Amino acid sequence: MTEKQTDTAQHTLVVRNMNVYYGAFRAINNVSLNIERNKITALIGPSGCGKSTVLRSLNRMNDLVNGARVEGEVLFHEQNLYANDVDAVEVRRRIGMVFQKPNPFPKSIYDNIAFGPRINGWKGTKSEMDDLVERCLRQAALWDDVKDKLKESGLALSGGQQQRLCIARALAVEPEVILMDEPCSALDPISTLKIEELMMELRQRYTIAIVTHNMQQAARASDYTAFFLMNDQRAGELVEYGPTGDLFTNPKDKRTEDYITGRFG
Amino acid sequence: MTTLNEDVKSGLPQGEASRRNVASRRRKGAIWRTIFLSATIFGLIALSLLIYNVANEVFGYVAIEYAVDPATVSDKPLDELSKDELVTVLQGNMRKNAFRTLENEKPMANRSDSEVYDLVIERVLKPQTLETWTLRDSWFNKAAIDAQVASDFPEAKLEFRSWISTSFLTTPMSSDPLRAGVRTALLGSLWMIAITILFAFPIGVGAAIYLEEYATDNRFNRIIQTNINNLAGVPSIIYGMLGLVIFVRTLEPITSGRIFGADSGNGRTIVAASLTMMLLILPIMIINGQEAIRAVPLSLRQASYGLGATKWQTIWHHVLPNALPGIFTGTILAISRAIGETAPLIVVGASTFIVTDPDGPFAKFTALPIQIYNWTSRPQPEFAHIAASAIVVLLVMLLSLNAIAVVLRNRFSKRG
Repeated sequence: MTEKQTDTAQHTLVVRNMNVYYGAFRAINNVSLNIERNKITALIGPSGCGKSTVLRSLNRMNDLVNGARVEGEVLFHEQNLYANDVDAVEVRRRIGMVFQKPNPFPKSIYDNIAFGPRINGWKGTKSEMDDLVERCLRQAALWDDVKDKLKESGLALSGGQQQRLCIARALAVEPEVILMDEPCSALDPISTLKIEELMMELRQRYTIAIVTHNMQQAARASDYTAFFLMNDQRAGELVEYGPTGDLFTNPKDKRTEDYITGRFG
Repeated sequence: MTTLNEDVKSGLPQGEASRRNVASRRRKGAIWRTIFLSATIFGLIALSLLIYNVANEVFGYVAIEYAVDPATVSDKPLDELSKDELVTVLQGNMRKNAFRTLENEKPMANRSDSEVYDLVIERVLKPQTLETWTLRDSWFNKAAIDAQVASDFPEAKLEFRSWISTSFLTTPMSSDPLRAGVRTALLGSLWMIAITILFAFPIGVGAAIYLEEYATDNRFNRIIQTNINNLAGVPSIIYGMLGLVIFVRTLEPITSGRIFGADSGNGRTIVAASLTMMLLILPIMIINGQEAIRAVPLSLRQASYGLGATKWQTIWHHVLPNALPGIFTGTILAISRAIGETAPLIVVGASTFIVTDPDGPFAKFTALPIQIYNWTSRPQPEFAHIAASAIVVLLVMLLSLNAIAVVLRNRFSKRG
């Protein structure tokens, strides 16, 4: 990837006229969207509206789905992620991902964090790795919970702790953007709150995009909100996008208003 | 039980009718339960019958007559003699040449007490079985046996014999059932299995990884997949024919060891048999491996890819370690099948009578199932006893392999 640092640019990711197809089926229709630097952008909408598909297209996770195809551009530092000379493997390191169900590796907590750096050619001493593991766990507000049991399996943690472990794991490869695909849908309210607080913390250093079913969560914990809806051909479209406060208090589109006031969805 | 809304007309049975309906459904369930239980019991009965039959042949009374009366060679009972005394007995009762031959094979000084004792029995007393009885007869009809021995073989000595013994395991093949053992067959089977695993495991796992992880869903790959599934059902004798043509005949320079400087004359060697067995079990191993790999959850792969892992890193660090217990299970099932296969070995030409230990991959060999097959086809009842003993050896070998597999599987699934 060309290393063109444009620090002045406020958009980390720029989506232009994106269409996503699964085989012959068009799942996403002409979405354009700017993900702002150091902000939390929430993607909301009813089930099947394509918000997860959009999110997964931002770090080329959709490449793993058989028959998935993306048209249009996703610009990251002015580089189109879907250009021929871009390797999806590097994209995914720079744009990390946290999944719906906590999915720690069946390894120790320490190895869960260390895996990412190791496979990405990390060079450093054991103690530097120890520092890195501690730093990531601290950033994910998990250090105090697990500092005495780093050798224990990541699967032994509670659901909320597992999800924070997954966030810490994502941080370890030093991404710029973290994509979260309904990270709290499998968690209880208290764990959800912790993740939201954590997102607020992380915002200072990372750009975050989160898919959520939970409108309150979007309202509470995001700076920008994008509302998606299925059109007549069952393809997802971006209906409205703007600062979260504006979108929730003063929606411009009738459909957005209907959705956020709970008239459907 | 009363319903909540008595006035609403319902299609569901009410009151007494409802109770009868539930009772009838429960009865049906109980009938099925009984059927399933009887299926299990049937299996248990079949297994017990197998064990009973084998045990029945392995132990039992034998009427043995010695060509030379033990009392004439020594005043003391033979098993109280020291080694030197036994050697003296041996020397005194054998022809000079025969004794010298024994001495040349392995000097008496180097033989253990029990070896010399066995030699005395074998060379001097020359025992002969006159009649053998099964375990059941030995237990329940001892009186009848005693009577029969007394009337028919007054000279004979009746002793309770376990046909399976350490000497059965450690002596090579012999045409005399009293002295025959499974040493060569056991070693042959072990060599064969070792080499089969050596080839089949990497090839099977490799093919499974390719088909499951790399192969795209196109017509060509679907044809390959279908054929592998079909090959798993091909009768083993056909693999034997294939092995005969490819490994024994076509690849003779390799399988006979000629190009490695270990010529054994022709291609009917352990390597040829192992490669044939490899062909036989590869489809099973590939299908099992694929299933194990497919069972690795998608979320794990996604987590790995999401951190910037390449496909190979994902396979190596996550897919394979998590699929390994399943792969081991499949391998052991396949190996168990290979150990018991007889037909392909007959076709590729395992020897039925061989007394020298296999000394490497290019040796002539025999295997346990071949030995069992050979012995069961003989008319003399003694061979039925040693065939049953060989079956016990084969079963124990299978069970130990399975035990190893379970241990390995548990160790690998605990990791992490």
